Amino acid sequence: MLEARDLTIRYDDRTAVADLTLSLKAGEITAIIGPNGAGKSTLLRALNGQIPRVSGVIMLDGQPLERLNRRSISRQIAVVAQEAELRFPVTVLEFVLGGRFAWATNSGWGWETERDLEVANAVIDETELSDLNARLMNELSGGERQRALMARALATEAPILLLDEPTANLDLSHQATLLTLVRKRCDQHRSAALVVTHDINLAAQFANNITLMKQGRAVHSGTPQEVLTPEILQEIFELRVLVDAHPITGGPRVTPIISA
Amino acid sequence: MNRVTLRKTLISCALLGAVLLLAIVSMSLLGSERLPARASLCALASLGSSACGLTQDQFDILFQIRLPRILLAAAVGGSLATAGAGYQALLRNPLAEPYLLGISNGAAVGTMISLVFFGAIEWTRPLLAFSGAFAATFAVYRLARGRAGATPERLILAGVIVTTFLSSVIVFVTTLMDATRIRSFTFWLLGDLSGSSKALLPVAITITILGALALTLHARSLNLLMLGERDAFDLGVEVGRVRMVVFLVASLLVGSSVAASGSVGYVGLVVPHLARLSLGSDNRISIPAAALGGALFVIVADTVARTIIAPRELPVGAITALIGAPLFIYLLKRV
Repeated sequence: MLEARDLTIRYDDRTAVADLTLSLKAGEITAIIGPNGAGKSTLLRALNGQIPRVSGVIMLDGQPLERLNRRSISRQIAVVAQEAELRFPVTVLEFVLGGRFAWATNSGWGWETERDLEVANAVIDETELSDLNARLMNELSGGERQRALMARALATEAPILLLDEPTANLDLSHQATLLTLVRKRCDQHRSAALVVTHDINLAAQFANNITLMKQGRAVHSGTPQEVLTPEILQEIFELRVLVDAHPITGGPRVTPIISA
Repeated sequence: MNRVTLRKTLISCALLGAVLLLAIVSMSLLGSERLPARASLCALASLGSSACGLTQDQFDILFQIRLPRILLAAAVGGSLATAGAGYQALLRNPLAEPYLLGISNGAAVGTMISLVFFGAIEWTRPLLAFSGAFAATFAVYRLARGRAGATPERLILAGVIVTTFLSSVIVFVTTLMDATRIRSFTFWLLGDLSGSSKALLPVAITITILGALALTLHARSLNLLMLGERDAFDLGVEVGRVRMVVFLVASLLVGSSVAASGSVGYVGLVVPHLARLSLGSDNRISIPAAALGGALFVIVADTVARTIIAPRELPVGAITALIGAPLFIYLLKRV
């Protein structure tokens, strides 16, 4: 669905992403893992066309990204990223309805249709925000805001989801709820998701594929079983880790070994 | 706050429009020269085709002095409030205001250059005022963008820098003028509707209406830009294009109003804030409401300015600043 080939991105003289090739497939969650500054968020922004690249191509459903206009890209790709600070009072419903912008026939002074409201209310239900519908965004807790961001991304009905640390502000149960939601989208709607995360164990449980990045390069890619090995993780994070089998799922479980 | 709908927007704007019309009529009866109410209303209703028993002097005061001045006040107020609402949404900053950001000063420099060098050619005034406003807008925008993006504080500081720099340019240009014009200039700089040129009235009204329409037609994009440029981009807004439209339209609005009446301050702060407070942050309603409310606000402020110490007059900018500055302090504490 979304494919990057030999992608290179530079900030001034620093190379943020180098020769990276990546492909998101329908029904699959791909996790990007790597140390801080590895270029994970830059990659995510570039896949959406926000950061110009030095070389490489990005193809969306077989078409080069730059041939498509902004609104048609937004109907295909939704982003959940660290939110900007809100300085104007906006209700949760209004915020989520923002996700319907790309579908509006009149992008200027148009008004939300019945269908827009249906979609928004459905995703607000899915993200367990129904009780907060009319509350102002800046009155919500960090976790509630994160869920509103997720709801807005789902409201776009875009088949490709790019998520930058979607679980960062969430408690354990909401982390699971949110990733289950992403999983469900991928299973039922044949969506594709890219999740940038620091939570290796969560990635191990939810992702079909994991790409490990270091210094702008995709060093290893594969299923969680293939890439979450002590050797590879030591290479990436320069830290010894214990990898054993999860007692219930059987997937890899990673524990850092911190020697005093 | 309930979700904004087309119905709510139309009703609010119709109500504001009715109040505005009422204000235009009633304020034209007030002034140092008392006009008979019934006859004046009759003459106004006939749109000047019948004198309805007014003397020629009274008729001239009503139609040649007061009404043009009130209509100009409406255009200036509508322009500045619309521009303020546009800047606030685009710059994600409730404190953004043409006067405080130095944009009015940019337009003032343009106007003064036109007056000093092309005094006889009247159409150069709004044109140079627009150019000055656009240059100042661009300067503030570039100065305010730091590594961490534009914080509200940084934007205001950029505004202070641009304002003070342009103030020195204004002082410099003033020294090129002859002494008799300097006093009227000082008044004009503070925002003054008394010496305004009638030739600019149709231009100012047209620009106000078209400008308010243009920004209202980008309201949905501005709603998303208010949440951040990245978010807006992700959701499908062509950020660069909308930004350029808002910069151009807002500069045009500020330019035409400054060319006509000098720098009336704080209108762009007070009115959009009240609009958002009473109707919500959705630009589809707050921009047209700010345009109508701004017109109303400056008409009332100017009526106060010309009647409170009649027959002498205050510059209208002094009245708007008296109301606006305390509100600014209040907003600064909340941002």
